[in-house]
Amino acid sequence: MSLNPTILIQNLLNGLMVGGLYALIAVGYTMVYGILRLINFAFGDVMVMGIYFAYYGATLIRLSFPLAVTVSLAGTALLGIVIDRLAYKPLRNSPRISALITAIGVSFFIESFAVVFFGPNYKPFLDALENKTIAFESFVIGNVYLPKIIFIILGITAIALFILFVIVYRTKIGMAMRAISADIPTTSLMGINVDNVIGFTFAISSALAALAGVMWALRYPSFYPYTGFVPGLKAFIAAVFGGIGSIGGAVVGGILLGVIEMMIITLFPTLMQYKDAFAFIILIVILLVKPAGLLGKRTVEKV
Amino acid sequence: MIRNTQGKSERNPILKLEHVTMRFGGLTAVDDFDNVAYEGEILGIIGPNGAGKTTVFNVITGIYFPTSGRIIFDGIDITPYKPHQITHLGVARTFQNIRLFGDLSVLDNVLVAQHHLLSTRDADKILVRHGKEPKVKGHLWFWRAVFKIGYREKERQMIEEAMNLLRKVQLDHLAYEKASSLPYGQQRKLEIARALATEPKLLLLDEPAAGMNPKESEELMEFIKYIRDEFKLTVILIEHDMKVVMGVCERIIVMDSGKIIAEGTPQEISRNPRVIEAYLGKEWEHVNT
Amino acid sequence: MVTAMRTMKEKTRRDLTLTVLFVIFVAILLQVANVKFDSYQKQVLSLMAIYGIMAVSLNLVNGITGVFSLGHAGFILLGAYTSALLTIPPEQKAMIFIIEPAHPFIANLHTDFFTATIVAGGISALGAFIIGFPVLRLSGDYLAIASLGFSEVLRILALNLQSITNGSLGLKGIPNHTNIWWSWGWLLVTVLFIVSLVKSSYGRALLAIRENPIAAEAMGINVFKHTLLSFVISAFFAGVSGSLYAHWLTTIDPRITTFGPVLTYYVLIMVVLGGLGSVSGSIIGAILFAFLMEWLRMFEQPFTLFGRQYPAIQGMRMLVLSVLFVVTMIVWKRGLFGRAEITWDGIRKLMKKFRRSGSR
Ligand SMILES: Nc1ncnc2c1ncn2[C@@H]1O[C@H](COP(=O)(O)OP(=O)(O)O)[C@@H](O)[C@H]1O
Ligand SMILES: [Mg+2]
Repeated sequence: MSLNPTILIQNLLNGLMVGGLYALIAVGYTMVYGILRLINFAFGDVMVMGIYFAYYGATLIRLSFPLAVTVSLAGTALLGIVIDRLAYKPLRNSPRISALITAIGVSFFIESFAVVFFGPNYKPFLDALENKTIAFESFVIGNVYLPKIIFIILGITAIALFILFVIVYRTKIGMAMRAISADIPTTSLMGINVDNVIGFTFAISSALAALAGVMWALRYPSFYPYTGFVPGLKAFIAAVFGGIGSIGGAVVGGILLGVIEMMIITLFPTLMQYKDAFAFIILIVILLVKPAGLLGKRTVEKV
Repeated sequence: MIRNTQGKSERNPILKLEHVTMRFGGLTAVDDFDNVAYEGEILGIIGPNGAGKTTVFNVITGIYFPTSGRIIFDGIDITPYKPHQITHLGVARTFQNIRLFGDLSVLDNVLVAQHHLLSTRDADKILVRHGKEPKVKGHLWFWRAVFKIGYREKERQMIEEAMNLLRKVQLDHLAYEKASSLPYGQQRKLEIARALATEPKLLLLDEPAAGMNPKESEELMEFIKYIRDEFKLTVILIEHDMKVVMGVCERIIVMDSGKIIAEGTPQEISRNPRVIEAYLGKEWEHVNT
Repeated sequence: MVTAMRTMKEKTRRDLTLTVLFVIFVAILLQVANVKFDSYQKQVLSLMAIYGIMAVSLNLVNGITGVFSLGHAGFILLGAYTSALLTIPPEQKAMIFIIEPAHPFIANLHTDFFTATIVAGGISALGAFIIGFPVLRLSGDYLAIASLGFSEVLRILALNLQSITNGSLGLKGIPNHTNIWWSWGWLLVTVLFIVSLVKSSYGRALLAIRENPIAAEAMGINVFKHTLLSFVISAFFAGVSGSLYAHWLTTIDPRITTFGPVLTYYVLIMVVLGGLGSVSGSIIGAILFAFLMEWLRMFEQPFTLFGRQYPAIQGMRMLVLSVLFVVTMIVWKRGLFGRAEITWDGIRKLMKKFRRSGSR
């Protein structure tokens, strides 16, 4: 089997890019899971709402693209807070399974909402851009074509993750998030409003998911209400892969998952159609071999 | 029955822990535990909170796999086996924080504990391999249960046995109540009854008197002696209530920070300077000697 | 004591008679429906029973064993394909496999509907057995995601194994064998099997696992083996429901909204609506769900409300149902029945209460 270096480099970059997008959503899963021990099933759908908001902001209201994206991030951040307040907060003291079922319900609700209000059909995201050519331009080095959009996405992902790390590790609210993630009772004694911190966590996680969505749509421009389902699940897998609860783990897990997926396809092009299946197999293997994930700490349940 | 605590050599150890160590990350919860339980005795394990007592039970019952060491029960090395297999071999337990099947009736809680006598083939093979009598009687119980082929009679027998057991522990009048609706003391008793229903040779009780009033713990002492004689058991008892420990145990092991620091009869233990020091130096809960 | 035993026995016998009479009564009602209803109404009636089988089988794992699986659609899909491939006549298969001809083994298969349904259940059960080995070793949320993942893997396979499943074209021209008798008959079999299981020592073991898996294991129950058992049985009946569903729809189209996660969500809604853990609840949840689905269909055609005309709203059914789902979880929590069952004893007590309040 001969590997075409052009394809190899392109796929590697693609994998890095998709992995970065998984990472953006995965940090949301990991932060919410760290704090509430809840899989917010709806992140994949929040991501799609981000795409719709940006799309309609640019096409219907005729905002400039950057402004449309900003509005979309703000809108999804608010959506995240509303989801938490309406759906999850009433169940804080219920069995964890109730919260999980509710999360599935919320996900299903958002999908159905999108079908009713935005239509069930695929939409072309590039209509949101004034200048569509940007999505098709490439750097040419020798005979290797490298799409510009990949570098733009990689750059924005890196900046977003950097900002997130600053928030989590250098600000007061970030410290509160980490403290709550370790132990709620002491934090509430220390005068931190737990609900506000949880709300803030939902807001940034949702905005990050929306940002990932917009970038996803720039690369794979055709989207519909269920576009977020598979990336949402994979991002969760990435969070588990890296060690759920660990933000660094989520980033590493996301990028690794993206790259591994692309590498499998590069090595075995015939498996292309089964691409979406790998992640689940990786999930099972990880959970069986190293249940705490790459960067998580192993614990034995106390009896 | 007269028990001679001195003549250890004539007595048959039913359980042997050989240099058992259990670590969690950097913490050594049980450190080189090396001791035995003799057939028919009531053995106490005492020690301050966090000494590693519950962990010893968890290691014996297979809930944790020890970092090193071996556990021999009734001549079988049970170290590698799973909790359900160990139960089938004859070790039953209660939990420090009660773990009943809350939504099931009292009777059903006891019936659940008999279920392994229909279905635990993997553990039965272990018994056979060691030349012992298998405990699962009859075949294909799953199909017989679903299609009710000679199953109703079995079910009737199981209920009868369960009711007999409940009568012995005086819970029969509550048989159809939901387990979670019972008062605390009764829940502890039900946990013991449920453990007995598994037909054990060795019974591990983790703080059975916790949360009981003095009258209830008085009754509990009698109850423990009664079940030991009635069901021909060996009992290991973790307890903070010194009155109960001194009242029922024939031998006591004292643990501190994962290690055994003393062992002997209640009289010996109460005179042991290291034990007294441990008492004074550490915070002991519910010390009402 | 002995007399107490005897009266117990008498009561069981009486309840058995009542149950048999009830089944006969329902059968008569169905026969009446079969004669009086138009074909659309009969279709809905069949669908109710198909949904019933899906819900009762999901409830066995999620409600009774307390293991949260989200892979039901995968097993339904497996059953649907298996039986459809067995009942579509070879000539028909030659016509629908356009892109790539069917694998010779598949191309010539042909059996009757009953055999196909049994085989469908068997294949789904086998699938559950294989998937269960890794998945059921996981705990809680991980298990939920992994099972959802596996059902997606099955769907991806269905989309791509061109010579077996006809890929994204799906299967068309499946004979419309499913009628009221097949669907309600299989529902009866499912309920009898699962209730008989739940009321036995094995069922108590499953309930114990739900209540406290650590204690269950410590009481000698092989938790993994019993969970796998309930998973496999659940998948068998999911496969059966898949077969009935395929021969009801007469086409299989492996999309997210038809045989994907959305189908699992539907079944979850039925079970949650009826009360997670209650078999009777699952059946009534399923009937209610089928009814709602059909009633809400009116919004997906142009409709009139308070004298005003509205255009068709696509997806309105799903929206209403998802709202109902979330609201049930947050406000109502236990659904219609909670974990309770409808029993003759319960009905007797209820009647006594009515009579007493009536005579006052
Ligand atoms: N699963 C576990 N993971 C980590 N540490 C544990 C675990 N189980 C017990 N420990 C630790 O081991 C020590 C002994 O605990 P335990 O056996 O419960 O003490 P005791 O029953 O004597 O009060 C404690 O420090 C406890 O925190
Ligand atoms: Mg303890």
